[in-house]
Amino acid sequence: MNRMSWFNAVSLTLGFAFLYIPMVILVIFSFNESKLVTVWAGFSTKWYGELLENEAFLNAAWVTIKVAVFSSTMATVLGTIAAYVLVRGGRFMGRTLFSGMIYAPLVMPEVITGLSLLLLFIGIGLDRGVFTIVLAHTTFAMCYVSVVVSSRLVTFDRSLEEAALDLGCSPAEAFRLVTLPIIAPAVISGWLLAFTLSLDDLVIASFTSGPSATTLPIKIFSAVRLGVSPEINALSTIMISIVTVGVITASLVTKHQVARQKREEQAAERA
Amino acid sequence: MRRFVLIAIPYVWLLALFLVPFAIVLKIALSDAAVARPPYFPQFDWAEGIAAFIAELDFENFVWLTEDDLYWKAYLSSLKIAVISTFFTLLAGYPIAYGMARAPEEWRPTLMMLVILPFWTSFLIRVYAWMGILSNEGFLNQFLMWIGVISEPLTILNTNSAVYIGIVYTYLPFMILPVYSALERLDGSLIEAAEDLGCSRLTAFWLVTIPLSKTGIIAGSFLVFIPVLGEFVIPSLLGGSDTLMIGKVLWEEFFSNRDWPVASAVAVVLLLLLVIPIVLFQRNQQKQQEAE
Amino acid sequence: MIHFQNVTKRYGEFTAIDNLTIDIYEREFYALLGPSGCGKTTLMRMLAGFETPTEGKIFLAGQDIAPVPPNKRAVNMMFQSYALFPHLSIWENIAFGLKREKMPKHDINDRVEEMLRLTRLEKFARRKPHQISGGQRQRVALARSLAKHPKLLLLDEPLGALDKKLRQDTQFELMDIQEKTGTTFVIVTHDQEEAMTVASRVAVMDHGKIIQVSTPDRIYENPNSVYVADFIGDVNLIEGTAKLNGSDSYAMSWHEGHAPLSIKSPNAFSDGQKCHLAIRPEKVAISADQPAEADNAVQGRILDIAYLGNISTYHVELPTGAVIKAQTANTRRIARRAFTWEDTVWLSWTATAGVLLAD
Repeated sequence: MNRMSWFNAVSLTLGFAFLYIPMVILVIFSFNESKLVTVWAGFSTKWYGELLENEAFLNAAWVTIKVAVFSSTMATVLGTIAAYVLVRGGRFMGRTLFSGMIYAPLVMPEVITGLSLLLLFIGIGLDRGVFTIVLAHTTFAMCYVSVVVSSRLVTFDRSLEEAALDLGCSPAEAFRLVTLPIIAPAVISGWLLAFTLSLDDLVIASFTSGPSATTLPIKIFSAVRLGVSPEINALSTIMISIVTVGVITASLVTKHQVARQKREEQAAERA
Repeated sequence: MRRFVLIAIPYVWLLALFLVPFAIVLKIALSDAAVARPPYFPQFDWAEGIAAFIAELDFENFVWLTEDDLYWKAYLSSLKIAVISTFFTLLAGYPIAYGMARAPEEWRPTLMMLVILPFWTSFLIRVYAWMGILSNEGFLNQFLMWIGVISEPLTILNTNSAVYIGIVYTYLPFMILPVYSALERLDGSLIEAAEDLGCSRLTAFWLVTIPLSKTGIIAGSFLVFIPVLGEFVIPSLLGGSDTLMIGKVLWEEFFSNRDWPVASAVAVVLLLLLVIPIVLFQRNQQKQQEAE
Repeated sequence: MIHFQNVTKRYGEFTAIDNLTIDIYEREFYALLGPSGCGKTTLMRMLAGFETPTEGKIFLAGQDIAPVPPNKRAVNMMFQSYALFPHLSIWENIAFGLKREKMPKHDINDRVEEMLRLTRLEKFARRKPHQISGGQRQRVALARSLAKHPKLLLLDEPLGALDKKLRQDTQFELMDIQEKTGTTFVIVTHDQEEAMTVASRVAVMDHGKIIQVSTPDRIYENPNSVYVADFIGDVNLIEGTAKLNGSDSYAMSWHEGHAPLSIKSPNAFSDGQKCHLAIRPEKVAISADQPAEADNAVQGRILDIAYLGNISTYHVELPTGAVIKAQTANTRRIARRAFTWEDTVWLSWTATAGVLLAD
């Protein structure tokens, strides 16, 4: 039963080939000597060199990282509070509206989110730049964070908080000493999700950025519109490698922890 | 008191940065374009009062949307592209999810990671990767000519076909994950029972596996369909000038034509169009939660 | 020490606690016993401070505790799920409450060591909750809730998650610890055997009301109602009408054509009043011949025999169709058992063996 049928093997192979071949090609041709990205002309790392000297890209990368760090951190704080309110807040006025506002940005087309925020910023006379992008990213990323955190909070054993209160904690202490450490993995994955969303976002950033602040996706998009370029391949390769290393490390760490916990639990029951 | 502050912080934030902006969009959609800064009329003026302001608003932009066939063609074409690409994503994603769910248990976390990895990779880069593959001198054409299937390069980039390929590629993980989680929960003995009762492999699949993975299929389909409807990056990079998608129209209306009222009206209509699938999606999710 | 005064708790339409007045004394081991949904957990959560009464007052050592939040009460609770903090070691779990009190460090050390000794957990101090077994977790939860020297310890189904053998051992441990520490224990349970074993007084609850509060033996021997008699242990109930026959003796007619049953009862009944005789199976004797000097004797046919090892229960059908259970200790080897299926036998019991209860 556990042996895979040829059909499953074929569909998995084809499926993953489809998912990975485009990226592999992208990576290979970032080391191409020629400017023509579709013709192999020998190995070279010169595009990486050029990329590192391209100040416009470096500036954009710096802006992007700044925006991502600020917005994901704010989104994590706001999103965690929102999740807590949603799961533990009980009834309050406008609760339905609140949960609607949490879930709506998840399905809202980015063009609409971007447009509406831009119109707000113009309406209140806020100069567009890094600050406005951070505000925009915080708003839509906090909804993702709150979904991730609230799905953890729903399964959280409430008697743990009650035990903390029972042992003399104030509600704030109970949250800090018991709830937060236990839901920390969810909060961290919420932060990572917010960070990635911010790094990736083109549409909302295009609407809310000003001439003073260009993010990397905006830069890539305007370069790519003119066609394929080996410099962008090199940049993509760097970004893909960072993500790959990150995801593989995270999953190895999780796997290791789960295995250890299981082993220890079994050992404890046997004893 | 503390509770009040706790609720108020995210609440006020969302009101100010989600609901109010949307109200502004609605308002501007009802205004007229003007050669001014900002380029619309009427401007709200406290001195004249709300009644006078509201009297100036009208549905002219929405009437315009119905009159100029660019817009309703764009809506129809977005819908068509979203439906067709959702179908192809399901067609491509289901066998992968099925294969993963039937794979040996120790492989599954690795396979799962392989599906999630592209999801963390930049969307823009994944779309860009196809530009080099689909162009006239791209790898697909080189490959097809090399094996001798075609003698002339096919024009794929900047057509709707390229848009379909791009959508299926980028949204595939959104389809695989919910279908996989539905299939993984499926008790293998159910299929054995069906076969024991006289089903062939194929009928057992059709009568047991498919119905029991229905919630996953529906969830995955909505997760693809909803964002594709407002998609902008894929049609603008892979599509041609004749690829009409509403996200792209909105973008151009705003950035190229600088017609804010029409862009806002387009946004309002797009949102109305999305309400139906979103409500259906939520109902599906609720049903799924109740079933658990 | 604790006084509930006309306490009522409602959740919308549903009344969980219905105008309840009880007292719990110092150093007592008090059990709240009842089926799930009877309000016993609500009662306990009101003591801990997680619920507030809709009406009425609760006094702890003479002080109304309604305005005191849970973290300021000298009451600690042991949770059904144990609620051990998974991210803290056993030592840190036990020290958690002490640290909140801003106790000096070496005092905390001493106290935690003392609790570890009391619950025999010294070896596990550095482990995390998932690294110890269920029985050990239960002891950690107990140690943690006792660490702060509470005036009152609440135990919510403390042994529910343990298997039967471990549960019995732990019951005696609990009694030991209660005696050593002199803390008042209030235990909530749906397991009557557990309540009878550990508690000095048992309160039987149903539908938000206390039906009877008494010592375990009095609850068993002298239940005050059909509900209590039926809920605690096994019982035969025979319905009939009472007729006064002497000072505290009654003749209960129960079926036409049968001699009335003679019963001594402290509960007073008027002539012709409907009543139930409640009699425990182990107080019904079974014999082949009609016993000579029994107060009550009826004839019947053996329907079923349940052999439980140490005892056997006989299900005997009377000519009226009613089935009476009789229990005998198996002091002889089974091969020499006197009765078998379909045998006609006599059941007999004394006038004081059962209690007479109103409808």
